[in-house]
Amino acid sequence: MKTMRRLVPLLAGMVLLLSACGGKSDLSALKPQGPVAQEQFNLMKTSISIMALVVVVVFAICIYVLIRFRRRKGDTTIPKQVEGNHKLEIVWTVIPLLLLLILGVQTINTVFGLSKDYSQDKDAIQVKVTAHQYWWEFEYPQYGITTAQELIVPTGKKISFEIASADVIHSFWIPSIGGKIDANSGVSNRMYLEFPKEGVFKGKCAELCGPSHSLMDFKAKAVDQASFDRWVAAIKQPAKYSDDDAIKTAFENKCLTCHAVGETNTGSSAPNLTGVGSRLTIGGILYNDERPVEENIKEWVTDPQKVKPGATMPSAEDLGLTSEEIDGIAKYLANYKLDY
Amino acid sequence: MDWLTTVDHKKIGILYLIAGGLFFGVGGLEALLIRIQLIKPMNDFVGADTFNELITMHGTTMIFLGAMPLLFALMNAVIPLQIGARDVAFPFLNALGFWTFFFGGVLLNISWFAGNVPDAGWTSYVPLASPTYSSGHGVDYYVIGLQIAGIGTLLGGVNFMATIINMRAPGMSFMRMPMFTWAIFITSALIVFAFPVLTVGLVALMFDRLFQANFFETGSGGSAVLWEHVFWVFGHPEVYILILPAFGVISEVVSTFARKRLFGYSSMVFATVLIAFLGFMVWAHHMFTTGLGPVANALFSIATMLIAVPTGVKIFNWLFTLWGGSIRFTTASMFAIGFIPTFVMGGVTGVMLAAAPADYQYHDTYFVVAHFHYVIVGGLIFGIFAGLFYWWPKMFGRMLHEGLGKITFWTFFAGFHLTFFVQHFLGLMGMPRRVWTYLPGQDFDTMNLISTIGAFLMGVAVIVFLINIFVTAAKPRHAEADPWEDGRSLEWSIPSPPPEYNFKQLPLVRSYDAWWRVKREGQAEMPVAEPPGPIHMPSPSIMPLVMSIGLFIGGFGFMYDKLYLAIGGIGITLVCMFLRSVFDDHGFHIEVEEQERGVRS
Amino acid sequence: MSAHQHAEGLLSHEPEKATAEGRNKILGFWLFLGAETVLFGTLFSAFVALRHNVGDGPTASELFELPTVFAATMILLFSSLMSVFAVQAMHRHQVKAMIGWLVATVVLGLGFLGLEIYEFNTYVSEGHKMNTSAFSSSFYTLVGFHGAHVAFGVLWITLLILQILKKGLTVVTAPKIYVSAIYWHFIDVVWVFIFTVVYLMGKVAG
Repeated sequence: MKTMRRLVPLLAGMVLLLSACGGKSDLSALKPQGPVAQEQFNLMKTSISIMALVVVVVFAICIYVLIRFRRRKGDTTIPKQVEGNHKLEIVWTVIPLLLLLILGVQTINTVFGLSKDYSQDKDAIQVKVTAHQYWWEFEYPQYGITTAQELIVPTGKKISFEIASADVIHSFWIPSIGGKIDANSGVSNRMYLEFPKEGVFKGKCAELCGPSHSLMDFKAKAVDQASFDRWVAAIKQPAKYSDDDAIKTAFENKCLTCHAVGETNTGSSAPNLTGVGSRLTIGGILYNDERPVEENIKEWVTDPQKVKPGATMPSAEDLGLTSEEIDGIAKYLANYKLDY
Repeated sequence: MDWLTTVDHKKIGILYLIAGGLFFGVGGLEALLIRIQLIKPMNDFVGADTFNELITMHGTTMIFLGAMPLLFALMNAVIPLQIGARDVAFPFLNALGFWTFFFGGVLLNISWFAGNVPDAGWTSYVPLASPTYSSGHGVDYYVIGLQIAGIGTLLGGVNFMATIINMRAPGMSFMRMPMFTWAIFITSALIVFAFPVLTVGLVALMFDRLFQANFFETGSGGSAVLWEHVFWVFGHPEVYILILPAFGVISEVVSTFARKRLFGYSSMVFATVLIAFLGFMVWAHHMFTTGLGPVANALFSIATMLIAVPTGVKIFNWLFTLWGGSIRFTTASMFAIGFIPTFVMGGVTGVMLAAAPADYQYHDTYFVVAHFHYVIVGGLIFGIFAGLFYWWPKMFGRMLHEGLGKITFWTFFAGFHLTFFVQHFLGLMGMPRRVWTYLPGQDFDTMNLISTIGAFLMGVAVIVFLINIFVTAAKPRHAEADPWEDGRSLEWSIPSPPPEYNFKQLPLVRSYDAWWRVKREGQAEMPVAEPPGPIHMPSPSIMPLVMSIGLFIGGFGFMYDKLYLAIGGIGITLVCMFLRSVFDDHGFHIEVEEQERGVRS
Repeated sequence: MSAHQHAEGLLSHEPEKATAEGRNKILGFWLFLGAETVLFGTLFSAFVALRHNVGDGPTASELFELPTVFAATMILLFSSLMSVFAVQAMHRHQVKAMIGWLVATVVLGLGFLGLEIYEFNTYVSEGHKMNTSAFSSSFYTLVGFHGAHVAFGVLWITLLILQILKKGLTVVTAPKIYVSAIYWHFIDVVWVFIFTVVYLMGKVAG
């Protein structure tokens, strides 16, 4: 009948299209790259299986009913008026309750399992995450270091997060590694994640935080333990500055009022720039494999608002940076790399 | 003009329909602009600021100024007729409710012209919505506009509860009421108990913004999460306020066009009450990622999943009403039948979302956007379309064109699924919601394109619907009292449209599906419960309009710090209240001779 | 739906319920009070959540003078009692007595308001203002809203007294008196909660 003729090709088309999907393995919750995401994916699979059953039953009855009981032309009979059926009503109350019981048990187990607190675990890596409009700050209190935008972690360890916001509510999310948790203002949240595989995983902000909410990407880079140790050591090195004195002075006077390099202050109002030259992006969204780092830095520093509307960093003009200074600082920062 | 002073529920219903329809159109345009921006990665069709304004206004307008008023249109048009009453319990308040909603909506949308549009989402989370991070007047428009519009809704809730409790025709016990009446009764209770929570939230936010209060200022001991709690204690019952009336419409339409009484009426009533009750206990499922802790998350997960049980009961009751029936496909019944699988899809993603640890992945992504659009558009809007096509002849004396109606249905149905089905996958693949744009190379591009195409299809459907309305309006008023021939409830026993007083003599009800029973017994009219006589009617009044304008002016005074406007505006409203109390309205009578002539409203 | 009396000059024992409009008004008002209960409930919840966040300002136990608050409570309770007597007089059709009791209701209500204004003034001078802390904001909003309700009630009942004097006790004016009395009792019950949750608990554990 009409319904079938129109619906079937539509649905078939959609199913076909989507069967090839599943997303990118560095970003999709459907392609878990760690045990936390895997547990959550398992729960998703249970729930969708149970729900698919429900959908199939409802669709089957619906389609059957529409075909079998449609009014034939000229039919004026009044069908039998049925008040109800006690047995049926019990069936479709009890069965859903049983299905929910199955889902509920796994849900409760997972909720408590994933809420384990590793903040006192001596084998876990502690990371303090502070969300800002529109960048991410990562502090490692066990090592006394602070970085931004790129979360470097060793594989095979529990990473215990303490997450808060310096301004509005944000939400910390690395989809292929695990679910998200909000970064609240004034009170912190705890969560743990694990990174069994080496690789780079995309992180997103998942709570509307202003105009550049959609551009608040960060990266989680999982490396082997040796590499992680080298990274920690590299970050703790004394700060490197530009060889050119003029650039060094300009950098100190106009950038270090907010930013920091070397083992200098944590909790600054702008991202820590130590080793920024080896990061995968500038400003979270300018990719250093698509364009040279130096150019990305130049674009960012010249007009941050153009890259990220609402960004709190003043433009180069407001800072009084000349174009030579911008070039010099960009060159210096692009070459400020970490070896790990 | 008659329309500015009317207190007649039938006219007020039409006013709600027009105003709600207009705002629905505004919300729809906002949706199309959003989808155009998202049609391809790194698009710059609108700026980031504007985008956040669009998503905020789209949600706020659609829910508060589009969907709810359209539901109020159906409530007003139908409920007094279905219970055999001549009007609602408080006709003056009914008009006041309309005008406050209207002016609240106007105030909110004036923000577009003032260049200060709310942009913190329809949920307006703090600190983003606090004076520090939203220093312009945008959020003020949100707070004041919703506060004024909310007064109207609350009054409506009280009005319909009192009407249904006190004014049913003789013989209509609660368990003989039509299912739509039950749905509205329970919805009205939800309104009465949920809206005041929003009132307090908005007051607190307003005090933070205007008087430097510290409810949500974390630096001064306030709590940003407190806003989330208050908002969602209102917000969750609100979505049941949206869907329960649609459930009521489906019950009526399915039953009428299958020629069969509703299967499992008493369990339908019980299920609806249970859904409403449970609806107050699940609000924190919107806050699973806030950090409430595993115990809270577990409890709210289970409570949320439980709502699936009474909802499932209703779905099966509708299916089994159709089973064994004689199903006629009209636009109304197609929307009602299309509702069933679509709403079930939305409902099952709801159960998926209810599992808190899985929600840690789904929350604030396009998966949630897909879910709520499935239940609100695929549920509520389908229900509204069904209700409009079903009751249009009763409201306007004309039947909407069926051919155009079917085009509307198929276009809207196809467009809807195209728009929102793919969004489930976008969310799972890592696309957060409320994003102005997205980077290329994340596999988001094709599905966003499909989604935008679907949105335009829905736009086409709405245009066809509008054409239908105009084409129909040009036709003469020929509809019969019972134009679908199989009407089961009292509204189909009186002319289309009804005379000003609805029933010449109040009917005597002796069963559920009262009109159907009487027809089966071979009668052409309902038995009456009183002799003919002069009918007392409430007088029209300009005061509801004036009172609302007073609140409107006062609102601007609060927002822009102009004390004389604030006091003056509120003063106008208070003076009207005083006059209303002091000068008694004794109404007027319609004599028997005028009734014989058929007084049209 | 007739607004006329059953028999010329004769009122029933409960004139407020003699007409359909009267019964509707009473039912509608109870429903409205249901909404108000939720409203105050939310204000209480916010207060309870924020009561210990005093910032730089004084704490509850430092601020509150229980004797004064107790006096205000007694005044409001008595005011409610006057309102009960007024409705009883209305049922006995003793219009003059009813007006007397209503005047007493209003006077005591004004007394309560006076004490509260004095109380708030004292707090402000002690550094407890709306913008001092989360505690102060939620305190003033909760207690202030209650005070605003009392003020509205005082105004309303005064206007009703004038209406009765002009139009007498009829099936139209009776529901207004009845409904205003229910409102007044509601406000009183809310105050009992405020006295307990805000003042007593604040003094002991603030």
